[in-house]
Amino acid sequence: MELSEHIKTANVEDVTLRRPFHPTLRGTLCVTSHHLLFSDRKDEASWQLLILLKNIDAIEKRAVGSSGTITIKCKDLLVLQLEIPGMEECLNIARSIEALSSLESVTEMYPFFYRPSHLTLHGPWGLSSTEQYYKQTERLWDRWRVSKVNSDYSVCPSYPSAVIVPREVDDDKLIRSARFRQGGRFPVLSYCHHRNGMVIMRSSQPLTGANKKRCKEDELLLQAVIDGSELGYIIDLRSAQQAQQTRMTGGGFESKSCYSHWKRIHRHHERGKVVQESLIKLVEACSDPSHSVDRWLSKLENSKWLSHVHSALSTAGLVVECVERDGHSVLVHGSEGTDNTLLVSSLAQLILDPASRTVTGFLCLLEREWIQAGHPFQQRCAHSAYSHARLKQECPSFLLLLDCVWQVWRQFPLALEFSEALLLRLAQEVYASNYGTFLCNSEQERCAAGVKETTHCLFQSLLKPDIEEQYLNPLYEPTDLAIWPAVHPQSLQLWTGMFLRWTEYAQNMEEAREEVWSIVKEHREQAGPDRTNNTLSTHCESLTPIENLMDELTIL
Amino acid sequence: MEHIRTPKVEQVKLLDRFSNKSVTGTLHLTATHLIFVESNSTSAQEIWILHHHIASVEKLSLTTSGCPLLIQCRNFRVVHFVIPRERDCHDIYSSLLRLLRPVSYDELYAFSYNPKQNDQQREEGWQLIDLAAEFERMGVPCDQWQLTDVNREYKVCETYPRDLYVPITASKPIIVGSSKFRSKGRFPVLTYFYQEKKAAVCRCSQPLSGFSARCLEDEHMLQAISKANHNSRYIYVMDTRPKLNALANRAAGKGYENEDNYSNIRFQFVGIENIHVMRGSLQKLLEVVGTRSLSMTDYLVGLENSGWLRHIKAIMDAAIFLAKAVTVEGASVLVHCSDGWDRTAQVCALGSLLMDPYYRTIKGFMVLIEKDWISFGHKFADRCDQLNPDPKEVSPIFTQFLECVWQLAEQFPQAFEFSEWFLIQIHEHVHSCQFGNFLGNSQRQREDLQLKERTYSLWAHLLSEKQNYLNPVYSPSFAESHPVLEPSTQAYHFKFWRNMYHQYDRSMHPRQSILKHVLTLKESNRELEGTVQALKTKLQKFGVSTSPLKPKTPPRGRSLPPRPQSLILGAPLLSRKEVQQDEDEEVFGEEAREDAPASTGGERTVEGSSATENGYGELTGSFGSKNEPGVVTLEFGVARMTC
Repeated sequence: MELSEHIKTANVEDVTLRRPFHPTLRGTLCVTSHHLLFSDRKDEASWQLLILLKNIDAIEKRAVGSSGTITIKCKDLLVLQLEIPGMEECLNIARSIEALSSLESVTEMYPFFYRPSHLTLHGPWGLSSTEQYYKQTERLWDRWRVSKVNSDYSVCPSYPSAVIVPREVDDDKLIRSARFRQGGRFPVLSYCHHRNGMVIMRSSQPLTGANKKRCKEDELLLQAVIDGSELGYIIDLRSAQQAQQTRMTGGGFESKSCYSHWKRIHRHHERGKVVQESLIKLVEACSDPSHSVDRWLSKLENSKWLSHVHSALSTAGLVVECVERDGHSVLVHGSEGTDNTLLVSSLAQLILDPASRTVTGFLCLLEREWIQAGHPFQQRCAHSAYSHARLKQECPSFLLLLDCVWQVWRQFPLALEFSEALLLRLAQEVYASNYGTFLCNSEQERCAAGVKETTHCLFQSLLKPDIEEQYLNPLYEPTDLAIWPAVHPQSLQLWTGMFLRWTEYAQNMEEAREEVWSIVKEHREQAGPDRTNNTLSTHCESLTPIENLMDELTIL
Repeated sequence: MEHIRTPKVEQVKLLDRFSNKSVTGTLHLTATHLIFVESNSTSAQEIWILHHHIASVEKLSLTTSGCPLLIQCRNFRVVHFVIPRERDCHDIYSSLLRLLRPVSYDELYAFSYNPKQNDQQREEGWQLIDLAAEFERMGVPCDQWQLTDVNREYKVCETYPRDLYVPITASKPIIVGSSKFRSKGRFPVLTYFYQEKKAAVCRCSQPLSGFSARCLEDEHMLQAISKANHNSRYIYVMDTRPKLNALANRAAGKGYENEDNYSNIRFQFVGIENIHVMRGSLQKLLEVVGTRSLSMTDYLVGLENSGWLRHIKAIMDAAIFLAKAVTVEGASVLVHCSDGWDRTAQVCALGSLLMDPYYRTIKGFMVLIEKDWISFGHKFADRCDQLNPDPKEVSPIFTQFLECVWQLAEQFPQAFEFSEWFLIQIHEHVHSCQFGNFLGNSQRQREDLQLKERTYSLWAHLLSEKQNYLNPVYSPSFAESHPVLEPSTQAYHFKFWRNMYHQYDRSMHPRQSILKHVLTLKESNRELEGTVQALKTKLQKFGVSTSPLKPKTPPRGRSLPPRPQSLILGAPLLSRKEVQQDEDEEVFGEEAREDAPASTGGERTVEGSSATENGYGELTGSFGSKNEPGVVTLEFGVARMTC
């Protein structure tokens, strides 16, 4: 069926649009295969609102006399109201939106039709690859290699075609290890610490089952990771009890007796439906303005969202502690190894690795650790917080990551090259996008759908100089050190920029941010061009009086 | 000094409140301070605790490592010492018990504090804030409001200031009559005049109405207030108490205005709880946030159960109601509670702050506190427990006011000239008794104590270090476009004020501060501009054209901006006596490496970001205490983790 067959009424005049904190507008509403378009009736300087149908999470219709009202709730949390004259038109529009916003087939989605004049489809797609990471990381060359054992995606359907594994483990062993891991996700390298060569590995759970099966190759693989005598840590993202229970269904954990050089630590993390419901509850709490303080706090608590943020950051901190402080390698896994595992390993990298705190570095990290590593974006982001549809595989793991990154940014506002705006943009793009980056569930599916050939890459376009500028943190000053976030509940906050982004509050914050920008700009202009190298040394003279004052104070 | 039996104890351990960290050092007890000096010479941190700041000292049961001493301070600092010998611990304990309970005003620090100023400077300091000038700024006296000398000798009301402003139609007999009908004689007087609409904000205490008593003079008084404003036919009477409390007061011969007896009033209960509820609420809050390894759930549930933010919102709601009535309806408002010195002060001050951008500047905020809190007799001595402890009188009323201002500043980042450090610093000194401003319960008492002759003014001190308290994104043009602030009171705007209640808990805070950074940039912008100007003039002197300015080559050398000395980055630089010196080794390490490639000072600011403090994990066994790069090299002891 052609997409256009879903459209019974394409155009309606005299529609009223209501948005929070904006004046009501009247204009023309237009439905196309992929968009909802509203345009102001005024001729000069006409104003348009273009919404990807995929961005629409839920719609509610209500009849008022002969006209109808449609409430549109978007996945980026915006809520709109449209008053449409004519009941039939209203129902037609609603029906079209319902059908077109929940397309199942990937190749019918908008990224396959998005053809802006300033982008071409030829040339390389994406920013990084396993091979590139290997090439850049000299520390790996000795003991690690790139394996193409998964080049036809037969060993592990959700892994990319190339992975980094210990040099001494051959492909046969990898295949055997893969059979012993859920979904074939055998332990692969995720990060090598530039300071001490310790690594973060990730995998899925071992399939030890009720009768404690073993896999020699899997044991050898992990043994090869820590190279003999030392110790490694396995961070299991389930409670010990949960891990025990999964043995009944064929899963399991690495037992002490079989993996003698690995010490296992269990950390409980919620997953799947629980986290999705958590998001739903949080957004519900944020969108009801009538709550008393008590009710708000109770709803915030009840949503458990901040608890998830708290556990993700604490576990990431624990991983970093093992790697950086303690000098040991770490294997991270939960059950499937496609959600919390990626969340923890990528957060740990952000904390550890200065390279992942630049715009490019961060996008590369996301590409390697989420897109190529096989986070099933299509399943996880099918619906957001408003949908009434029955939950299937939805889970806002990626949004949780962005929230955690925001918390890190709040505590280290100078350490990240990108700003909150980038996180907000990504939070929007992951649910509905013009680009192909977040399509499908794995590298294999993307290949089959021809994503690289027929869509544009979001990350590449974000890095275009004029666009990148919007996402830069004006205060950025790189640091080489690990940036350990504080994880006391008092140190974490609701991500207001995301969850209250459509309130008037956001506007005040925006103005303050602009003021900060202008101060920084003024400073750059005055301090001259050589400032980029020596951020503060250019005007140390001006600081002397302050330092003298300081000395005086100290003497006092 | 005679109370100090053991002035110095060595080998004392200081335990961190939220982690297993501890440091060893020497404890000194002086007449004014308790001082802890860390013995590790390279990173010697010092903690200075003013005796007046100590709220309680507790000797916990003996442990194998010594005798623990738990000290809780009014500025929310909590320190936990372990003293090796029980006898030393007892000596310190009993000395402190005596020292932190001064028996007379003369023992307060303000009377011995000497910032090396001469009498003239001191006098100038006290003259900085002039309330007569403030009323003039508002446009009072005017054709409807006049200064009355009825309280010149504190005869009508001894908790009011001498100078009071009343409607011109309120004659002396009316005033005196009204004052007899009001609790503690606190009759209705002007506190803020909204010139644009000629609407007045007045304050008083509850009427002694009981179940049916009336007072014609008091009714006349309200009528006079109403008549002084031609814009509105009615005035609002805001009783800031919950209705139930007001009803209960009737049984004691007090109560609230009966609308039938007063013409043209609109009576309104607001529902702010009393001092006892507020005290209990803060106590609950502090218990919750003082818990170690607090879970997110327990934190949020505890925050809710404490009711603290609910109370903050109640005060804010009342202030918004007041501001709306005055600015939108142009009506005058009379505010009272029971005695008219707690909730009334909160609501009047916060309401005025919403209406008048002047109060959102540094100087204006001082004026506001001086007017609505100090001069109108908020009982600082009792509420802050300065002397003669009566635990039932202590209550964080003023703290709540400061917090409301902070909550507003969070919503309107550009509206305030000052940053939160200004508020925190004021809070610090309300309890420090280092300056004379907040001593005593009323103006009369302050005069009796001759504070202006014998002590110094906090305001002069704060103004002298004004640059520390500036808000870098403050925009005067915002004040012009938003003369009246209209805050949203949606529940999610009320947040826990971490920097106030955890000021001294280092591990809680962000490691880098936007505020500090932007302030530094702004400061250097200003300085650079100055240099450019100076160079220009110089060049002109030499007859050189000034147009193509060459960038000045910077001299190499110390390239680091001033280090913040507080626990929280972005906190203002404080003098050594007031704040723990918290400079860790790595800071010096960085500085020593001057020839290192310009590292842009980033390391400086990630100081103290470390794993042990954050307590991510409880791994089993102990890690080898390896040297770690950068910040973490300094971790004390060995991280202990358990599986």
